[in-house]
Amino acid sequence: MLEGLSSSLQKALGKLRSKGKLTESDVQEAMREVRLALLAADVNVKVVRDFVARVRERAVGQDVQKSLTPGQQVIKIVYEELTELMGGTQARIQMAAKPPTVIMLVGLQGAGKTTAIAKLGLAFRQHQHRPLLVAADVYRPAAIDQLHVLGRQVDIPVFDMGTETNPVDIVRNGMAEAERQGADVVLVDTAGRLHIDDALMTELEDMKSTIEPSEVLLVVDAMTGQDAVHVAETFHERLGVTGVILTKLDGDARGGAALTVRAVTGCAIKYVGLGEKIEPLEPFHPDRLASRILGMGDVLSLIERA
Amino acid sequence: MGLFDRFKKGLQKSRTSLVERLGNVFRSRKLDESVYEEMEEAFIAADMGVETAFALVEDVRALARKNKVENAEQLPELMVEAMSKMLSEQDSEMRFATDGPTLVLMVGVNGAGKTTTIGKLAHYYLTEGKRVLLAAADTFRAAAIEQLLAWGDRVDCDVIRHTQGADPAAVIFDAIQAGRARNADIILCDTAGRLQNKTHLMAELAKIHKVAARELPGSPHEVLLVIDGTTGQNGLNQAKVFKEVVDVSGIVVTKLDGTAKGGIVLPIVHEQGIPVKWIGLGEGMDDLQPFDATAFAEAVCKP
Ligand SMILES: Nc1nc2c(ncn2[C@@H]2O[C@H](COP(=O)(O)OP(=O)(O)OP(=O)(O)O)[C@@H](O)[C@H]2O)c(=O)[nH]1
Ligand SMILES: Nc1nc2c(ncn2[C@@H]2O[C@H](COP(=O)(O)OP(=O)(O)OP(=O)(O)O)[C@@H](O)[C@H]2O)c(=O)[nH]1
Ligand SMILES: [Mg+2]
Ligand SMILES: [Mg+2]
Repeated sequence: MLEGLSSSLQKALGKLRSKGKLTESDVQEAMREVRLALLAADVNVKVVRDFVARVRERAVGQDVQKSLTPGQQVIKIVYEELTELMGGTQARIQMAAKPPTVIMLVGLQGAGKTTAIAKLGLAFRQHQHRPLLVAADVYRPAAIDQLHVLGRQVDIPVFDMGTETNPVDIVRNGMAEAERQGADVVLVDTAGRLHIDDALMTELEDMKSTIEPSEVLLVVDAMTGQDAVHVAETFHERLGVTGVILTKLDGDARGGAALTVRAVTGCAIKYVGLGEKIEPLEPFHPDRLASRILGMGDVLSLIERA
Repeated sequence: MGLFDRFKKGLQKSRTSLVERLGNVFRSRKLDESVYEEMEEAFIAADMGVETAFALVEDVRALARKNKVENAEQLPELMVEAMSKMLSEQDSEMRFATDGPTLVLMVGVNGAGKTTTIGKLAHYYLTEGKRVLLAAADTFRAAAIEQLLAWGDRVDCDVIRHTQGADPAAVIFDAIQAGRARNADIILCDTAGRLQNKTHLMAELAKIHKVAARELPGSPHEVLLVIDGTTGQNGLNQAKVFKEVVDVSGIVVTKLDGTAKGGIVLPIVHEQGIPVKWIGLGEGMDDLQPFDATAFAEAVCKP
């Protein structure tokens, strides 16, 4: 699928003749293919429409670099815009001025929150921090067991109060426990929930106002399709998301949802998950994801050399 | 206006549902090209993919011509018709062993809803008075066995298990022996989530499949691929690769209680020829329904 799109795109772009400046019809034709590539990568239709319009506007009339064909020039612009859109702000964890630094992970069911908690915890531990994991998912069967197993694997303590206490009380007590242990980072595992589940979204708001986290990270599965727009919008509106973790990028999904989420929330993608094994989360590289979304590795390496 | 504000403003429109939006189009316009363009975009927004969206629009167009439809208001009906026709190309009935236990293998990528669906299916068949046995053949994920045990408790059903790290094929082997000994009607086998591009994990799944077929001839009677309803175009790849490796016989689409439409199942049915058999609509044991093509199409098309 990837190859197919890439080659059809290149064919269309190949039709563009070198003319010095990009004309409207040059760009028009190329952008039709770009649109298809973005949709096949699951970028939301609205985001695609805005993005295409924006790039078209920017591209028309631009000079074509000597070493590039007009088609390659358009791709260069598309690639730069994509990279810029997904990059921007520095993707670092905001540490609290006064420890502990509290980080909450939120998202839909099965996105990869609990796994990401363990991976984040491991990264902190390797940097000489003393994290505490807080088990605030009282709904999913064996969620607490899962966090305990992972906590043992990375040698980080886990705080839980079973499944009969409400999550707001759990996180409040978790903070006290962190102080008692001298933990300087508190990582809160929350239950997966639908953005339209008002009761559970309110619960998250209450947890947030109780522990005032430095970061509320939205965990998004890289395989997510068009609906990412609604998810990101609602989570951001209700919780003020501060960053995104994009999981399961070790698969072959092209990950266009990341662009959607970035576009709606304005939040940086801070880390990516690249496997089930508990290893430190990887930093996010906007340029790599941009070329993955476009699916045109060879054209891009050509452009880079230009 | 900043970059993100621009995007956000553009996106505000998407808060209104596919149908509400189309509803306005249908009410206010004659049947012209722009109506079909909006329809295509709505189909794409439901995760059907560009090709299937285009094909469906052509189907609707043909139906409109055939029925001499001139008014856009009549389109929703035709959309449902075209979509449910595509979805019922394959048979959605579950297959059962003619004799002895029926073995169902649950497969899919990480976090799609396999274990939960097993719990719901167990409840469904227990309610029908069947004897059900669960097999905890996800020996990889942290607390996957405990999760299935919790479901076993909840729906009152035995679970055959080993320990984390054990050979999943050995769990299936034991489950088949136990199923025979206890006269089980149905054995529901959980497997670890795996992304379809991980060849070693897919090979492990092929081995599980082979052991089942050897120990219980004719099995697995069903290989159900669980697809998260929020999945985009990668779902088609999932279907393709899992089908190659373990001959998938049906799809379960989960998490349709959210706002995702699950449109990716259309190309899966149409291009891969795999029927949808169940839909998941929540995390409770009753939140599973046998697939109904027309009901699904209506849910996607109408408010
Ligand atoms: N391949 C791969 N699998 C992942 C990754 N992150 C998580 N997973 C797997 O995805 C599945 C779900 O992960 P969890 O961490 O349990 O997800 P969750 O968001 O906590 O799920 P809920 O608590 O049920 O909402 C598990 O099988 C994980 O092993 C990743 O980056 N790559
Ligand atoms: N809202 C909703 N949540 C669901 C549905 N089905 C499953 N879930 C949730 O999705 C998450 C993942 O479900 P699991 O059953 O653990 O998924 P899995 O495929 O077994 O995951 P792995 O074994 O880690 O690959 C859990 O939080 C479930 O409660 C559904 O139909 N609707
Ligand atoms: Mg979890
Ligand atoms: Mg499971």
